Amino acid sequence: MPAPAPETDEIDRIVADHLHLEGPMLPILHALQAAFGHVPQAAVGRIAQALNLGRAEVHGVISFYHDFRDAPAGARVLRICRAEACQAQGGAALEEAARRLTGLDWGETSADGAVTLEPVYCLGLCACGPAAQLDGALHGRLDATRLDALLAEGVA
Amino acid sequence: MRIYLPADAAAKALGAEAVAAAVLREAAARGVAVDLIRTGTRGMIWLEPLLEVETDAGRTGFGPLTVAEIPALFDAAFGDHPKALGSVERIPWFAQQTRLTFARCGRIDPLSLAAYEAEGGLTGLRRALAMSDADIVAELTESGLRGRGGAGFPTGIKWETVRKAQAERKYVVCNADEGDSGTFADRMLMEGDPFSLIEGMAIAGLGTGAEKGFVYLRSEYPDAIAVMTRAVEIARAAGLLGGDVLGSGRAFDMEIRAGAGAYVCGEETSLLNSLEGKRGVVRAKPPLPALEGAFGKPTVVNNVISLATVPVIFERGAAHFRDFGLGRSRGTIPLQIAGNVKHGGLFETAFGLPLGAIVNDIGGGTRSGRPVKAVQVGGPLGAYFGPDQFDTPFGYEEFDGQGGLIGHAGLVVFDDMADMGAMARFAMEFCAVESCGKCTPCRIGAVRGVETIDRIRQGDAAAIPLLEDLCETMKDGSLCALGGFTPYPVLSALRLAPEDFAPRKEAAE
Repeated sequence: MPAPAPETDEIDRIVADHLHLEGPMLPILHALQAAFGHVPQAAVGRIAQALNLGRAEVHGVISFYHDFRDAPAGARVLRICRAEACQAQGGAALEEAARRLTGLDWGETSADGAVTLEPVYCLGLCACGPAAQLDGALHGRLDATRLDALLAEGVA
Repeated sequence: MRIYLPADAAAKALGAEAVAAAVLREAAARGVAVDLIRTGTRGMIWLEPLLEVETDAGRTGFGPLTVAEIPALFDAAFGDHPKALGSVERIPWFAQQTRLTFARCGRIDPLSLAAYEAEGGLTGLRRALAMSDADIVAELTESGLRGRGGAGFPTGIKWETVRKAQAERKYVVCNADEGDSGTFADRMLMEGDPFSLIEGMAIAGLGTGAEKGFVYLRSEYPDAIAVMTRAVEIARAAGLLGGDVLGSGRAFDMEIRAGAGAYVCGEETSLLNSLEGKRGVVRAKPPLPALEGAFGKPTVVNNVISLATVPVIFERGAAHFRDFGLGRSRGTIPLQIAGNVKHGGLFETAFGLPLGAIVNDIGGGTRSGRPVKAVQVGGPLGAYFGPDQFDTPFGYEEFDGQGGLIGHAGLVVFDDMADMGAMARFAMEFCAVESCGKCTPCRIGAVRGVETIDRIRQGDAAAIPLLEDLCETMKDGSLCALGGFTPYPVLSALRLAPEDFAPRKEAAE
């Protein structure tokens, strides 16, 4: 049996913190991702045991949802809205600019781990698109020039 | 001096945080005492960040503001300024509305229970606490309220089914998985007036015998999650939630649960599976969620706007609400005017306005100044309407009669640069990505739909009947609205602009 990874105690603690909830699975997964930046592979078995489920069932849940990562994202996460309302107001040009400026395709993280580029389908900013989210902050009426400036701003 | 500035996500996306900081900095530098209250948005998104100042004549507005304009605003003592809008509530776009559900949104600090009560909040709940469960449901039924999430099912009938169900435990689940592009009413309400949703859920609990509520809130809305979570804590501390609701001896409590980025979880049965911690796969109906919903127990599943409209119905009475509207579409509807539009935002009004009036008179036409080509109504699963359908009155049956749906009342305007063939392809592609995989017409049909549209756009006109046939199969054979309604945008795009499905010189991507 392999030695437990150092994170196992932390996983067990997070799982235990949520066991009192009705339907604790998603809250556990969100909490794990908040703690580790992704849902560690080691958590699958621990969750399965705690919730009396098969590992395959837990894996099935994790892999169903776009939010849960199996590896940490880049230091910066750029999410571009690709939904209809943004498309109606120049979204395609912004999508192209995001790919060009980051050199990434959708869902990719740069080799140096600096940036992750993701699509998002609606941030609820449909009256002020095209919209994007950079490191959690929301931006409306974006264009390539402003996106370039925003990406440059955050680089320390 | 009292200043109001929205902290709504759309206002923030347009620079409200920087404007707030500039106001405080400028006030400090000048030694002016400023009481800055962060509110929700009034819904006039094209004027955000929209700052309001309390005056003897009510609140006067300035917007859209940039940081650079703040010093001049102080110089002018918040009077004459290039961005002055005068009395905010007299701006015609705002004054024309009938604000019932959104009456407080943009006016108050969303987390001040005192401000909420001062503007009519909790009146409805207090009234409901004095009524029997049957009377509560009868009052709601009388109002004519129909589900604002898109399906338009009479809310009172749903509540009555749950009320009559025998079970030791029942639930109220609020569907706040507002994933439809072009819609933001749920987000705006939760960020701007969270207590109205809490109050509505409490009344739903009283009417149906449920003592536990969940708000299933999409993870793409972190601001709404933060405001709702805090509002529930405040409500619990104030005795509005908990074992003794407002001292009545009745129990109702609730939790906020974050979604995880699956569009299909806006469908009520997959939402329930997700809430229970499973894959967000659609369930076959029956059993109805009203009888076997969350954790197998009778469950009211209602949209945010449906539930947040309940307090005003109980505050002013069912008749007040019912007397607005058209045909079987009663009350008001928060129109969300979005996309390529000059005056985008949320406009709450009685049902019945013609589509063209919404797009051209209220929305002001396209932001680009080009002619309108299409308006997608009701989200990614809604039909594209052309200017030839602009006289369609806004109502459930009226839109259905035109081969469309009002959905969550989002309208996305496209100008004549839009490629409707590409939009149809996108609809199929989106369905393929977001399909839960349970039923074949949706899971396989959407993939074949993308391929078939590609064939058509490469010049194979013979594939058009195939696409139409596929759409019919998806419509009739899918378990839920994702596969069942994806044909709406596809076929309406084809009807509206068949030339956009012809081969193009430049490759699509």
